[in-house]
Amino acid sequence: MREQLLIAAPELWVLLMACVVMTVDVFTSRERRGIIHLLVMLTLMFAAIITLRGDYHSGGTWAVTAFSETFIRDPMSDVLKLFSFAVMALVYTYAKHYLRHFGLYRGDFYTLTLFALLGVMFLISANSLITVYLGLELLSLSSYALVAFNRESKRGSESAMKYFVLGSMASGLLLYGMSMVYGATGSLELQTISETIRNGREGDVLLVFGLVFLVAGVAFKLGLAPFHMWVPDVYHGAPAAVTLFISTVPKLAAFAMAFRLLHSAMGPLHADWQQMLVLLALLSLAVGNFAAIMQTNIKRMLAYSTVSHMGFVLLGLLPASAEGFGAAMFYVIAYALMSAAAFGVLILLSADGVEAENLDDFKGLNHRNSWYAAIMAMVMFSMAGVPVFIGFFAKWLVIKAAIDAGLIVLAVAAVVFSVIGAFYYLRVIKLMYFDDPLNDKAIEAPVDFGAAISLNGILMLGLGLFSSSLIAICMASFSYL
Amino acid sequence: MDIPIPQTVFYLFSFIMVAAAIMVITVRNPVYAALFLVLTFFSAAAIWLLLEAEFLAIVLVVVYVGAVMVLFLFVVMMLDINLAPLKEGFVSYLPVGIAVALLMAAEMLVVVWTRDRFGPEIYPVPAAAEAGTSNTAALGELLYTNFLLPFEIAGVILLVAIVSAVTLTLRKRSGVRSQSPSHQVRVKRDERVRLVDIASESPDGRSD
Repeated sequence: MREQLLIAAPELWVLLMACVVMTVDVFTSRERRGIIHLLVMLTLMFAAIITLRGDYHSGGTWAVTAFSETFIRDPMSDVLKLFSFAVMALVYTYAKHYLRHFGLYRGDFYTLTLFALLGVMFLISANSLITVYLGLELLSLSSYALVAFNRESKRGSESAMKYFVLGSMASGLLLYGMSMVYGATGSLELQTISETIRNGREGDVLLVFGLVFLVAGVAFKLGLAPFHMWVPDVYHGAPAAVTLFISTVPKLAAFAMAFRLLHSAMGPLHADWQQMLVLLALLSLAVGNFAAIMQTNIKRMLAYSTVSHMGFVLLGLLPASAEGFGAAMFYVIAYALMSAAAFGVLILLSADGVEAENLDDFKGLNHRNSWYAAIMAMVMFSMAGVPVFIGFFAKWLVIKAAIDAGLIVLAVAAVVFSVIGAFYYLRVIKLMYFDDPLNDKAIEAPVDFGAAISLNGILMLGLGLFSSSLIAICMASFSYL
Repeated sequence: MDIPIPQTVFYLFSFIMVAAAIMVITVRNPVYAALFLVLTFFSAAAIWLLLEAEFLAIVLVVVYVGAVMVLFLFVVMMLDINLAPLKEGFVSYLPVGIAVALLMAAEMLVVVWTRDRFGPEIYPVPAAAEAGTSNTAALGELLYTNFLLPFEIAGVILLVAIVSAVTLTLRKRSGVRSQSPSHQVRVKRDERVRLVDIASESPDGRSD
């Protein structure tokens, strides 16, 4: 039992600290809420240390399971968890500034996000259909409440309701698919499912039937067209601090979920799900990029840009090869960092109780503060896929994976759409550098915020210039395939 | 004629279940809808009994029919729901809805209807459990051994539900009368009770 608990030590630590934070919050007065922030940051730090200290890393390929095979720890899960912690630290640093500014600085934000992080971790480490589902529900339930976090905001409540209804339906689809897969294979454990299918069940229509619903559930969580309807509304309606969270860490989990369900469990049906994903990828790239061009609200623009980015992630998943999965993993990690920086700058521009959410708010940012404008410019270049920035290498790797798999048409389409997409990213840069500012108010940020966003911005360039080590880590996570 | 009893019971209850489920979403009055939902759950419990899942059947009746739906009825009756906006656009969306539903049903039937894919020949009926097998004990044993981790995560999900509910509803408003337990506990006798000396009276009404 002790060994099993040690395998899941990071999860247990986060669970423990979520409960501690919840309790401490009750006894902390409003003025001393900084304690909670500090406590959460320490939680993340120690969670990272605990994850790193797991002595399973000896030897190139390893994977340990615990709790009757419902939980798995492998290189991919450790890397994704470490990046989840790092991105969460950025999220908390940015969110604190926002929450203070809008009178939302309450302990429940920290409790709910920690529980959501726990859901992310379980989802990343899930090794049975039931753990996948429960991790997903833990993450989703916390997210629904977070979207409605600002109770004064009507738009927030409305989008939370939409998110909840659509999310429940997606969970229903996913469960229906899981029940079909369970019915056909008689097992919930992912490896057993895959083995059963391989032993002469490849042509089973019932399995493909279940697979359709699994893919629909995964597509909803990743926000792929045509299951993307919730993305713009939720990004727009939620407080920027929550949008910041929703657009970053859960994407890492959604990638892990896609890998576990599609490859670990349904790997033998690769030919079937590849066709579905090709369609989803094409639609996402088209819908995401064209719709983003038409937006004047930057939160909605970034929402549609998420849809297209997730389309790119699919390009990496399609070949079902080690290189492909590594490329897709690198892409989601890069995307999480880019998205964190973009929403960080957005939070920075919010002033006087009004969220900066229109493209006009970026006008003349260079005149107001050239460093923050430079950071935003780096993020936009990176999202557009301009060389030397991290986003370029991410796009290059997934497109290369698609070409290696013989999906030339799709790769060409991806390149064309990324050129179209470059328009709306470059438009932000044009607004920042060539337009006159609407107001001349100086932009103020606390020291930790400034340091975090600077680091985040520099990472766009730094991880681009020195991308090889991160790429190597991502590729090594799948070397056992 | 020989009537197979399990099949008869299954078709009877599944017919009631589907019919009641349709009524839940079509009936105008939300109280009736909730009552039809009770009927749906009840029929589902009967089908579960047929599958030898006695514990689940009882839990469904006790928890859903007994507790959740009663609570639901309370909420429905207490809230002043205006029915008109709920029905708005029903007719205009109906054709599209029916078309999509029919399409999906047809697609699913193509997969499921054929006997060689989904029939009892491929997925045979499992042998009946011996008399005296405890359904509850078997479930409990699995829940606390093989499914320990999922069970615990489910517990955390419930905790999150509580935290979310509090986050979304708890607010401090002025002008609301509420209890303050700590104040109530700390109260002293002197603040609540005032002893007054009153001169006693004699039976005939005259004071001494």
